[in-house]
This record gives sequence, structure tokens and C-alpha cells, in this order.
Amino acid sequence: MGRYVARRLLQMIPVFLGSTLLVFAMMYALPGDPVRALAGEQTVDPAQIAAMKKDLGLDLPLWHQYWNYLTGLFQGDFGTQIASGRPVADIISEAFPITVRLTLFAFAFTVLVGISIGVFAGLKADTLRDRALLVLTLLLISVPSFVLGFLGQYFFAFQLGWVDPNVSVEASWDELFLPAVVLGSLSLAYVARLTRTSVAENLRSDYMRTAVAKGLPRRRIIGVHLMRNSMIPVVTFLGTDLGALMGGAVVTEGIFNIKGVGYNIFDALRHREGATVVGIVTLIVVVYLVTSLLVDLLYAVLDPRIRYA
Amino acid sequence: MRGAAPVTRAACALAVALTAASCGGGSGAGAGGPDGVLSSSWGDPQNPLEPANTNEVQGGKVLDMIFRGLKTYDPRTGKARNALAERIDTTDSTHFTVTVKDGWTFSNGEQVTAKSFVDAWNYGAHLKNNQKNAYFFEYVEGYDKVHPASGRPTAETLTGLGVTGPLTFTVKLSQRFSTWPDTLGYAAFAPLPRAFFDHHDAWLAKPVGNGPYEVESYTRGAQMSLRAWKGYPGSDKARNGGVDLRVYTDGNTAYTDLVSGNLDLVDDVPAAQLKNVRADLEGRYINAPAGILQTLSFPYYDPAWNTPGAVKVRTGLSMAINRRQITETIFRGTRTPATDWTSPVLGAAGGYKAGLCGRACAHDPAAARRLIAEGGGIPGGRLTITYNTDTGSHKEWVDAVCNSINNALGNDRSCVGSPVGTFADFRNRIGRKKLTGPFRAGWQMDYPLIQNFLQPLYYSNGSANDGRWSNARFNELVNEANADTDTSTAIRTFQRAEEVVRDQMAGIPLWYQNGSAGYAARISHVELNPFSVPVYHEITVR
Repeated sequence: MGRYVARRLLQMIPVFLGSTLLVFAMMYALPGDPVRALAGEQTVDPAQIAAMKKDLGLDLPLWHQYWNYLTGLFQGDFGTQIASGRPVADIISEAFPITVRLTLFAFAFTVLVGISIGVFAGLKADTLRDRALLVLTLLLISVPSFVLGFLGQYFFAFQLGWVDPNVSVEASWDELFLPAVVLGSLSLAYVARLTRTSVAENLRSDYMRTAVAKGLPRRRIIGVHLMRNSMIPVVTFLGTDLGALMGGAVVTEGIFNIKGVGYNIFDALRHREGATVVGIVTLIVVVYLVTSLLVDLLYAVLDPRIRYA
Repeated sequence: MRGAAPVTRAACALAVALTAASCGGGSGAGAGGPDGVLSSSWGDPQNPLEPANTNEVQGGKVLDMIFRGLKTYDPRTGKARNALAERIDTTDSTHFTVTVKDGWTFSNGEQVTAKSFVDAWNYGAHLKNNQKNAYFFEYVEGYDKVHPASGRPTAETLTGLGVTGPLTFTVKLSQRFSTWPDTLGYAAFAPLPRAFFDHHDAWLAKPVGNGPYEVESYTRGAQMSLRAWKGYPGSDKARNGGVDLRVYTDGNTAYTDLVSGNLDLVDDVPAAQLKNVRADLEGRYINAPAGILQTLSFPYYDPAWNTPGAVKVRTGLSMAINRRQITETIFRGTRTPATDWTSPVLGAAGGYKAGLCGRACAHDPAAARRLIAEGGGIPGGRLTITYNTDTGSHKEWVDAVCNSINNALGNDRSCVGSPVGTFADFRNRIGRKKLTGPFRAGWQMDYPLIQNFLQPLYYSNGSANDGRWSNARFNELVNEANADTDTSTAIRTFQRAEEVVRDQMAGIPLWYQNGSAGYAARISHVELNPFSVPVYHEITVR
């Protein structure tokens, strides 16, 4: 187990280097000059642009810039924004807590509601309530999140007045409720469907019949025997979904005025702030890697037949 | 404002039940009267808030509140008035003597002296400080030494500036420029306290100035709280307790907050909301002219556009565009068809002359077709209009302009838009001088003078002359106007220069842009100045 984890952690190093290099090269290849764009419609003299590029190290070749970035990274320096001159670490430390909160909220919502719906439907497969829940999840999958966001804003904030339409600077838990529900609803549909199918399938398996024949109480049959085996595909999905929720909240964050990671990536891309994009994307890659490791370890917990040497 | 109070309470009940989080009041909780604080929408300025480094409107908003320069512009007429300047004397439009008013201090108590200005200007002009507005000092003697076009600077300070007393300094310009004192209301000319130079990082985190407001706190990317400075010596004291500038991800979210009662002022109503705005806000909506002119510029480095025939083609294109229809249907009256190359905010006395463009800006498809044919047709056979898609709603109007041109020429393929993804790339392409067709240009004035609408854009090698247009007669008239000590004759000469622009159709004027703002019922006396920035210090809170 320990050796397995160590090996997986070591494997993260090339993935980490590769992904930063890729993102870095892509930012480099994008058309447009971020230093030039700072001046707006005015023509700045070339001397000033050259001086600024030299200060920022943007006049160096790609490999040299990447080398500087990497060496800086290992000393805990995420680089500096071109326009504002702010350390990227500042931006990350402001944006990440907000996004982590939003993601955890959305994630909790997905897990609790999604699995409940799935089990509820799967236990009575092909009945009316199963069909109704399938239609509901199909609806959630087919409606884009921004439609859901605006609809939620319209009904809950403007018509019913239950919540504020936008999230303020503090981004407190109560304000994040609606955005989290919107953000989590797509994953919720997938989780519900996955759970439902795997519960329905496992209900028909031999070990379930054995458990029933042994005379175990129903609560224990469903809660332990059925759930534990049915959760493996769901956990796989949830693990990768956590990363997707973090990076993919651009639209939701935009609608609800949340200044999290998604908004900052979008903003940085628009202004071609290479260091900011690479820094944030790198962190999301790390989150992905760690959650997928956790998922693999969870398999062993869920299915005792799986062992890691 | 549909039942704002019960809204928050219900939300709190729900929130407490769910997460037991505390439920603070929104902006509605603030006190009213002269101590009332209002909240206003904001975009985080990309660049640090140094006066000589801020060239966009969001940072400019703050500088306008925390600084006062030698001059200020009247919020209604745009005329330059003395603020910190006791007087600015000249006999030859080249040598100026500036006397600063006594008794002004920065909000940290430091005296505003002649040195506060000279140090600030030297800082702004020097190449090593990378200030984006450095070119504002290009008329001061010695600029080419501290900010050479290439190579290293050979001097530390501008030779044209000299402190002659605690409150007097002299300025020597490198050329005659009679209206130069009127440019001094621009933020780049603001005085700076010693703290700016001695504790630069601390100053940037919490700027200190000499305006009616002082910065209370500043959280990058989120909010800036400004409070009225009680010791402000000027006559334009703040009539409210302060302003909270809040950063919004985009105009629509700010507008939603305004409608739901969580925000007091939005100073840019998004185009998509224009059709609802009057009903949503019950008339609390302003649509006032701003000093912004949208034009189509041409690449004169391409020889095909630099022929006598091309003049006719450009004039024809200008006549093919149905400006009235586009401003009414796409912009819903927030832009007005242009009939000259300046802006209505200058006023007739300042050089604005409605109808100066004459027939060349009137919609006349038949004449347009004839002129374009006479001029030898569109160079290359097809017009491509280059624009960027990430700011404003340029696609809509470029397509509409092309539509106008196609209709006039009876050919569906004679004009197409050429979108560029980002502003950075758009500027890059313009800078590389490889374009073969017109490109969009929006000019927002720096100071309300006719000179600012003509010289940077059309003078040979002007700071914003992206198309590299060059005309000896135009240059001559601009020089003559700048040298004239009498303002009204100078303005008339500028208008003659503008006529050269018209006769050559150096750029096609499209429309004057208005500023728009919506506000909540708890504030009043909201106005936009000619720079489309709300006049914050005059707003009162109920």
C-alpha cells in the first residue's frame, strides 16, 4: 500500500512537468501581445514595450521562459501578472478558497442528493417513480448550466425572493447555495443514473439473494451489501468530477458574480496573462491527480478483493 | 427594488437553517444623509493605480475621486477650470509659469507644493518607470532625453521643468501649444506626495491623494472603499459619506444587483438590458453624451488606399453607411450618428461643429455607388473590416455596416467583417501594419479639447495614428492652431484642419457614444461627466 502510494506520487512528477510545459507552450503560441495591449488604442513607443518585456523576462525564448518559470515555481514563486504587477500566488490564494467552498458545496449536494435519488429509483427499477426520476435527470443533462443559472436566479431571487441574485465579496456559505446547486446539478444527474443502474443490477446478483436468504435485516442488506458494491462506478465518476467542478465553473461563476478560479482563468486568458493561467491550471492538475489517487485507494475499501502492493 | 427588505430576511432564514452562517446587511443597511455611503459597480483596473500609468476608465474613476490637479473639467460643460492652479501665465505659448494655490494638502497632511507636481511629472515621463501615459509629457522640453524612442535615457529629469519657489514652477515646451494649460486636468498631471516615492508598494496598496475622497481599504479584485475626506480644502467637497466600488464579473451581474436592490449605481448598462432599463428602474436611467467617437480607420501604409481614387472610395463608403438605422436598432439611441470628427461634449465653443462632415456622412446609396465606381472600386475588390470580439458588441455593428455597404453596392459579397478574438491580438495586428482593409477605432478623449480629437489620430506619426495617415496641409494647420495664443481662433484653425480630414476622408466617422448609468431610488443627483464617469462627489444619499 505504502509503496503503491509512493509510486503513484512519483508518477505525478512527469505528468506535472508535461502539463505545465503544454499549457505554457500554448499560452506562448497564442496570438497577441499582452504588453502592447496594455496601452489600449494609444501607440506606445517601442522603447517602453521593450523595457517592460525585459523586466518581465518576456523577451527570452520559450525554453528559457519556461525554465525561469519552473525554477521560480520550486521556490514557491508562481510568477507575476503582467498588467497589475501582482504576484500570481496572491490571486491564487484569493480565488482558491472561494472555489473550493463552492466545489465542496456542489460536491456534497451531488453526493447526497444524487446517490439518494439513484438508490431510491434503483430499488424499484422500471416503476413509475424510476421513470419519473430518469426523465428529471435527462432534463438536467440536456439543459445547459447557464440556462439553469439564469432560471434559478429569476425564480429564487427575483420571483420568490429567497436568495440574493449575486454572491458578494465574502462569498459566504448561504450565498453559495444557489450557485452550488446549479453547478452540481449536471453531475447530480450522472451520479443518480450511475447509482440507479448499478443498484438495479446488483439487486439481481447472487450475493444479494444469499444475504436475503440468510435473513439479514433489509437495512443491512441495502446499506452495506448492496451499497458497497454499487458505489464503485459512482466513486470513479465523483473523483474525476471534483476536478471538473473546480475548473469548469467558469459559466456558473460568471452568472453569480463569484470571483473564483474559473473567473480568474477566463480573465487571464482574455488578457493573455500566461503566468496566471499556467499557475491555476497547474493547481487544478494537481487536484485531479490527488483525487484520482484517492479514488483508486477507495476501491480497495469498497471491494476487499482489490489489493495494492 | 421589488420588496428588497423581505427578500433579505427570507434568504437569511433559509441560510441560517442550512448553514448557520451569519447574515450581514447588504448596501441597503447603510445610513443615509451626508454620511450615507453608496455602492457602485467597478471593474478591477488591470494596472497599478499610478496616475501616469492609468489609461482606462476604471482606474481613472478612482483617480478622479482621490486626486485634484492644476485644472478640473466642469462635469457639465467640460470646460477646464483652475483647481490647484492659482494661475498659469504665458506670453509666447512655450514658456509657462505655474502658481499653485496655497493651503492644499494631501490627505496624509503633507503640503501640496510646486515640487509635488514637478517630481510627479518627472516620474511619469521617465522610461525606467514604464508609465503608460508618459507621452503626455512629450511636449515638455527634454522628453526625448528621459524617454528616447530607442536606447537608454540620458537624463534623469525633464530640462523643461524648474521649481522657482515653494509654490511656483516653470514649464518650457518644445513647441508652441497654446491650449496646453487646458490639458492639465488629466490624471497623469496630478501631484504626488513623498509617500509615493518613499514607500511605493505601501502607496499602491492604499493610494494617498489630495482629492475629495480618501481610500479606506482596497482589496484587489473585489472592492475599494472610499470615504469622504473631511479635511478636503476644495469647493467640490463630497456630498455623501463615501463610495464602495465593487468589482463585478460583467455588466449583466452588476445590473442584476442594481435591480434587486443590492447595488446603488451601475455606470455602464449592458446593451442587452437597454430595452428593459426604463421599466426596471422607473426612469432612474441616464443616457448622456460622452467624449467617445467611433470611426473606421484605414491602412495608409497599403499603397492601394493612398491614391486620389481611394479618397472617392472612402467618401462613397461613408455615404453607404446608414448610421441612423444602426444607432437606433442596434444601440437603441445610446449612440448618435456622427457628423464631424469631434464630440458634442466639446460644445460649439470648444470646437464641436455639427454637420461639418456634410454630405459625406449622409446616407445616400446612389451617390455612394457612383463615387466608389469613379474611384476605381474597393481596393482588392472586397472590403474587410477588422475588429475584436472580446470587448463591446462590435460584431453586431460591423455586420450592420457591411450590410449597409452591400445593399448600397447591390453586391452581397463586397464587405465582410474580420473578427479577431482578443483585443491584445487586434492591437498586435494593427501594430504590425499588415492590414489591407479598414479597422475599427474607438477614440475616448483624454481631455475635452478639439486638439485631442485631431492631433493624436491624424498628425503624422501621432501617438494614435494607427493607419499612418499623413497630410502636410493638416500638419501645417495643427501647428498653426497650437501656436495661436487666442483660443477661439485656434479652435477655428483646428476646424479647418478637420475639413482636410473630411476632404481626404482620412477616417470614416460613425457615431458619438453616450455614457449610460442606472441608479437606485436611495441616491439622487447622479450625473455623468464628459468622460462617462459618474460625478461621485455630487451624489446625495437619502
